[in-house]
Amino acid sequence: MPSQTLVKALDHAASRSTVISVRTLHKYYDLGETRVHALRGVNIDIQRGEFVAIMGASGSGKSTFMNILGSLDLPSSGSYKFEGIEVSKLSKTEIARLRNRKIGFVFQGFNLLGRTSAFENVELPMLYAHVGSGERVHRAQEALALVGLRDRAGHYPSQLSGGQQQRVAIARSLVNKPSLILADEPTGNLDSRTSVEVMEIFQRLNEHGLTIILVTHEHDIAQYATRQIVFRDGRIVTDASVIDRLNASEVIKTLPQLEED
Amino acid sequence: MEFASSYLVPALRSLARNKMRTGLTMLGIVIGVSAVITTVALGNGAGGQMQGTVAALGSNMLMVFPGSMNRNGLQVGIGQTKTLVSADEASIVNDVPNVTGAAGGVQTSTQIVWENNNWFTQAIGTEPSYFQVRSWTFAAGGPFDSSDLEREANVAVIGETVRRKLFGVVNPLGQVIRIKNLPFRIIGVLAAKGSSGFGQDQDDVILVPLTTEQRKIVGITWLNWVFVNASSPETSDVVKTDITKLMRDRHKIQPASEDDFQVQSMAEFANTLKQITSILTLLLGAVASVALLVGGIGIMNIMLVSVTERTREIGIRIAIGATEGDVQLQFLIEAVMLSLIGGVAGITVGELASWIVDLALSWTFTVSIPAVTLAVLFSAAIGIAFGYYPARRASRLNPIEALRYE
Repeated sequence: MPSQTLVKALDHAASRSTVISVRTLHKYYDLGETRVHALRGVNIDIQRGEFVAIMGASGSGKSTFMNILGSLDLPSSGSYKFEGIEVSKLSKTEIARLRNRKIGFVFQGFNLLGRTSAFENVELPMLYAHVGSGERVHRAQEALALVGLRDRAGHYPSQLSGGQQQRVAIARSLVNKPSLILADEPTGNLDSRTSVEVMEIFQRLNEHGLTIILVTHEHDIAQYATRQIVFRDGRIVTDASVIDRLNASEVIKTLPQLEED
Repeated sequence: MEFASSYLVPALRSLARNKMRTGLTMLGIVIGVSAVITTVALGNGAGGQMQGTVAALGSNMLMVFPGSMNRNGLQVGIGQTKTLVSADEASIVNDVPNVTGAAGGVQTSTQIVWENNNWFTQAIGTEPSYFQVRSWTFAAGGPFDSSDLEREANVAVIGETVRRKLFGVVNPLGQVIRIKNLPFRIIGVLAAKGSSGFGQDQDDVILVPLTTEQRKIVGITWLNWVFVNASSPETSDVVKTDITKLMRDRHKIQPASEDDFQVQSMAEFANTLKQITSILTLLLGAVASVALLVGGIGIMNIMLVSVTERTREIGIRIAIGATEGDVQLQFLIEAVMLSLIGGVAGITVGELASWIVDLALSWTFTVSIPAVTLAVLFSAAIGIAFGYYPARRASRLNPIEALRYE
């Protein structure tokens, strides 16, 4: 891998400290007369370098929790500190900057900009961070190389397979050297082999110290994480280390070879 | 450079994505801007043309007419009264400072006949000084002189149109024509002046000595007008005041009574013309800018559609860290690009249209730099004004809902 500086930046960030600290977090939505309680007092700490899988049935509150962690939504009450900073006290612009510099998003539906090349998609977060053009090109190439798509930089999303699109999305999430990757069902639209390939990338990034939070409802996908949290009815019901953790690069060897490229 | 790659290029790309829609939206602005440019250019052209005409008549010229008069409760029209006489003219020349010359005249429409041809034209009886005052030159022959006036001689000077209509290829000098059955010998042909710019053919005229016209053709002793030359356009105001004072004095008009004459100066006339044309231009421009307004509304409409269509894209951008300002700027720039490109195209079309019209009317074509600058700024302003609301709406989208939008 020729992408040494990005990886080094990740290693550097890997010193043990709390990335996320959540206390008695509540979220409710007022729908006319009734009040829907999506989160009912969540407490959790996530340390730097952890690989957390969040699980739960739909309606369990895990999506709401993800949105709040990604600062796309604000809690109704309680405290959410990101690297020690209370997010609800930040201004809109500061929150946008937090998302831009500190959090990398990976979505189930990839969410790449259509009719925009892979390279330009990866470059986009750096435009909002006002990174100089030379540095932008350098980092975008590096990130694409990291996910094995260096030769696909000029391709449009419509010319890429689902797995490739998701890898572009991962590259995009990495370019601003974030403290945290938030992946919302990243393998939900992918077949099993491609899913494992994506997990292999996540595990590799995690080994270099990057903190990853992954929402999934697939148990085998959750087995690639180091810690599992299960939500039910707006509360955390299970919070445990993963036993018998899977190693994606080992699993790939056992899968039949498919022609993809 | 950073700005260009971050905002301008993506904005252009997104406009290029839907060429038909972009083109039609721009068309509104193109029509609006070109309408404004064309009307302003034509207004300016017409104004310039009229002012040129006035200047050609002599911007230092004044005209004295006998005024309307209340006689036994009956208003008598301009030029119908007998109050302006040659003695008034002599007094103007002698007693008013800054007057370099004057010519009195009588004018009537009449039939003139030469052999089998006849022509209906204006017969002007005037003095030799008229040729200097109106700066007429001769194509052939020369003017009548003061001795012709004393003798009430039957001599005439004809304009180019009259020469062409009556004589064709025949040399008119020395030929005898008939006015009211009286014989007149042609002694001069005026050099052509062409149309006055008010649609009047200045060459359609025959000039005879003043006394001849007064006694033999019209049968009056007074004057229809006196043309006065001031020493310069700047002194014409003073000369006008002085003539008015002199005439009131001569005609023994009581301070409370109205003048029985009128003094018009070309400088004043030129100013009035200028005002009329600029009001006209403004009015036409205002009508044309309605088209521009409609074009702006078209932009707003399309930008709103575009924001709705790209809800998901906006969601992605917000998720990866675009601030409200970033999103707003992106859509605002698109709207401004739309209107600015349309504006530049509109200027091109408008200038082309006014060039063609100017060519057809043989006016001089000029590109008004202030008008072009204004049009560019105005179309950019329209982009901002009508792009602001859609851009704001985009920036206020809820990212969670936007990301879910299909």
